[in-house]
Amino acid sequence: MSGFPFSAIVGQEEMKLALLVAAVDARIGGVMIFGDRGTGKSTAARALAATLPQIRAVEGCRFHCEPENRDDCPDPCTSKRVRKMAVPFVDLPLGSTEDRVVGTLDLEKALSLGEKHFEPGLLAKAHRGFLYIDEINLLEDHVVDLLLDVAASGENLVERDGLSIRHPARFVLIGSGNPEEGELRPQLLDRFGLSVEVKTPDDIDQRVEIMRRCDARERDAAKFAGKWQGEDAKILRRIDRAKKALPKVKTPAKILRDTATLCKAVGADGLRGELTLMRGARAFAALQDDDAVTLDHLKTMAPLSLRHRLRRDVLDETGSTVRIERALEELFG
Amino acid sequence: MPVADQQAAPTDFPLADCLLAARLFANNPDSFGGICLRGFGPVRDALVAKLVSALEPLGPVQKIPNNVDCERLLGGLDLAATLQGGRSVWRPGLLQVAENGVLLLPMAERIDENIAAHIAQAMDVGALSVLLLDDGMESDETPPAVLMERVAFHCDLSDSRDLEVVAALEFMDKDRAARLPSMTRKKRASLAATAAACGIDSVRPLLFAERCAAAHARDMGREKIVDEDLQAAVRLVLAPRATQLPHSEETPPPAQEEPSPPDRESSESDDEQAIEDIPLEDLLLQAAAASIPPHILDQIEGLVRQSGKGQGGRAGSKQQSSRRGRPKGTRPGVPGSGRRLALIDTLRTAAPWQTIRRHESGQSDPSKIHVRKSDLLVHHFEERQESLTIFAVDASGSSALSRLAEAKGAVELMLAEAYVKRSQVALVAFRKEGAEVLLPPTRSLTRARRALSALPGGGGTPLAAGLIAARQLAEAARKRGQTPTIALLTDGKGNVMQDGTASRTGAKEEMQGIAKGIAALGLSSIVIDISPRPRPEAAELAAALRGRYLPLPRAQSSAMVAAIESVGKEAMA
Repeated sequence: MSGFPFSAIVGQEEMKLALLVAAVDARIGGVMIFGDRGTGKSTAARALAATLPQIRAVEGCRFHCEPENRDDCPDPCTSKRVRKMAVPFVDLPLGSTEDRVVGTLDLEKALSLGEKHFEPGLLAKAHRGFLYIDEINLLEDHVVDLLLDVAASGENLVERDGLSIRHPARFVLIGSGNPEEGELRPQLLDRFGLSVEVKTPDDIDQRVEIMRRCDARERDAAKFAGKWQGEDAKILRRIDRAKKALPKVKTPAKILRDTATLCKAVGADGLRGELTLMRGARAFAALQDDDAVTLDHLKTMAPLSLRHRLRRDVLDETGSTVRIERALEELFG
Repeated sequence: MPVADQQAAPTDFPLADCLLAARLFANNPDSFGGICLRGFGPVRDALVAKLVSALEPLGPVQKIPNNVDCERLLGGLDLAATLQGGRSVWRPGLLQVAENGVLLLPMAERIDENIAAHIAQAMDVGALSVLLLDDGMESDETPPAVLMERVAFHCDLSDSRDLEVVAALEFMDKDRAARLPSMTRKKRASLAATAAACGIDSVRPLLFAERCAAAHARDMGREKIVDEDLQAAVRLVLAPRATQLPHSEETPPPAQEEPSPPDRESSESDDEQAIEDIPLEDLLLQAAAASIPPHILDQIEGLVRQSGKGQGGRAGSKQQSSRRGRPKGTRPGVPGSGRRLALIDTLRTAAPWQTIRRHESGQSDPSKIHVRKSDLLVHHFEERQESLTIFAVDASGSSALSRLAEAKGAVELMLAEAYVKRSQVALVAFRKEGAEVLLPPTRSLTRARRALSALPGGGGTPLAAGLIAARQLAEAARKRGQTPTIALLTDGKGNVMQDGTASRTGAKEEMQGIAKGIAALGLSSIVIDISPRPRPEAAELAAALRGRYLPLPRAQSSAMVAAIESVGKEAMA
């Protein structure tokens, strides 16, 4: 069955916004989604990847390099031909071993030809696309460290099995997890650009609408996809426009100052909070067809960019989101 | 409709519903993700055999043994064939083999979380359904939550003995090709409201319930969905997932004194009598209340107070069970004495040298592989030494209420460190007549905070019950490979015996016996005397436990944490 159309997802506005912003500016560095099972986390991520237009890649290249940008490919990558492919969406399973993620020695070639060849792993597969990790809090620590490192540097450096190779691995990292099932390390959280908290809609009408749409899709997936095609195309154009406009969006000095003041007020650790908030607000402005970042953009993006970076006060029960909203209220009214 | 006739006189209500669920699943394997059959025995065996023979004509039915590894599940290089043929031969994984078919998972409650995650992923992207055979006995022994979430029906056959009914069951749906009837907005809304009243947050059960109602209507030969179909959906899909007793919006949430749901048979006949004059939603709520399985009900009683979200919580504690001996890669070594050869990795090490070695040895036969001792790699398992601190807190009237606040503070402080130290915390409270586990072993601050905020105080001191609860947690933790430490916060003045009778001397004797039992198990413990003026009772208890005694008349959270941690370290050493 074809994927669920992105525009047909009911509610979950904050999650959709975070995914769009991450799609506009990849440097924002991933989205962490907190929420229970059955809230449409993976559906949304998958849907966005499926909505994006096909990308052009060098034919036969195992790393699906961009034809204009193939210098960092470890393979010869000389083909003149170009193929089109869907934006990669890699679902990283929980039990993934380091081998599978990073890539390893190609056993087939080694045994039959006695040659050392690199067999790309999931990181190579996700290049230029999305890497989705469900229940990231259950993933082995060393695999998580590795993923975050690659996501931040945009390249996968393999030094194992007698191999020494590096290949590009630029992807949008999307993690999901349920805080009820174990805390995440703060270092890990900080590496994610944005975070969202999703809840199942408690509004009966919304839940009924979800039932209705799922049923319609089940009865005739093609018809359902056709019905939402127009909406999805609109979103696509919006992302495209925003990507083009992004370099031109102005960030007034006052907004920069406000950003810093806010981050200081809520006690967000490190500089990453400020940088992400600024980038996020800029990408959001671009999505809104605005040519400069305003305070409203900042306010919208603040909870998404900062809530996972606040230092946790064990004895303070107040949720991070509330703390940010309170600070926004006090500072900017 | 022979099927409907069979339904008319259910001798065994839960069994009849299980059979109904099995039939709906067998006739629409793509719509329901699967079915979980709990409780081993001849009845389930017969039902499974029937289901398998009904499903086999539709697609592959693949049994997955419990010890399957990821390699076999996902496919990979078939080593034997590769080596023999001298070229790579790929073997498809079991998940590929079973595509568009059914996976049969025996002993589903023991499936490794990693394996479950792969299966769940395959279910999400492809047409794959699962048949979970749950042999769990205790209420916390259930298949992984990721799988339970994705199968529509959770059936409990533990108490079913009626083999003949199963033998008479027939899966037949002549209209399999017919379209499922669709549902009106109003009916959808009432299903959604019922789910909300049962405390079901996830959207998946809602979708399952809708399909179940539609499939049930068709099964009964109807072209329209009627109230009875909705009731069936509520019974089969929603009720087993309830995390709270359903209540309509006007009435306040049920207090603890809520009468147990009415007897099934009688409520069923009530429904039939009054079916006309009850609004649909109430009807569904009644159906839900009446068909929540007893073991779920037990959990609700225990869980509603602390979280209202049983499913997620249990998954959290369960997931730790796979911690023991997780493979941690390989390292050079010679197999034997418990070390297992890592075949693939050994070959990988040997592979680059083959041309040279072939050359050296003068043998040109490419099907022979030259492996030297230095290539050998063995599996290296990491037995993660995870610690669990079990706080057993005296919440009786004799321990001042302020002490509770300090105990809470200590638990929270330890939890704040938990994700760094890989340690877990559990909390048992005892007061009035018994003890209860307020917080099963967890690393989650969110859950702990919720459990702690609900900790009540007052009443007698059932120390014996508290000790037993702590001991059970400790033993379970050991089985999972954790190192438990019991931290007992009490004044040592037990006055309620295990059976609930109040007797100071009897309680003391009983307590000493239990404490010695705990000591005999070699469990490390610490008794923190929280009475304002330390008395001999707590010290005696510590002696019986062979644990440390720490009088803390002004118990301070941080001092307490330091003391407990030092005991925990000794236990780990």
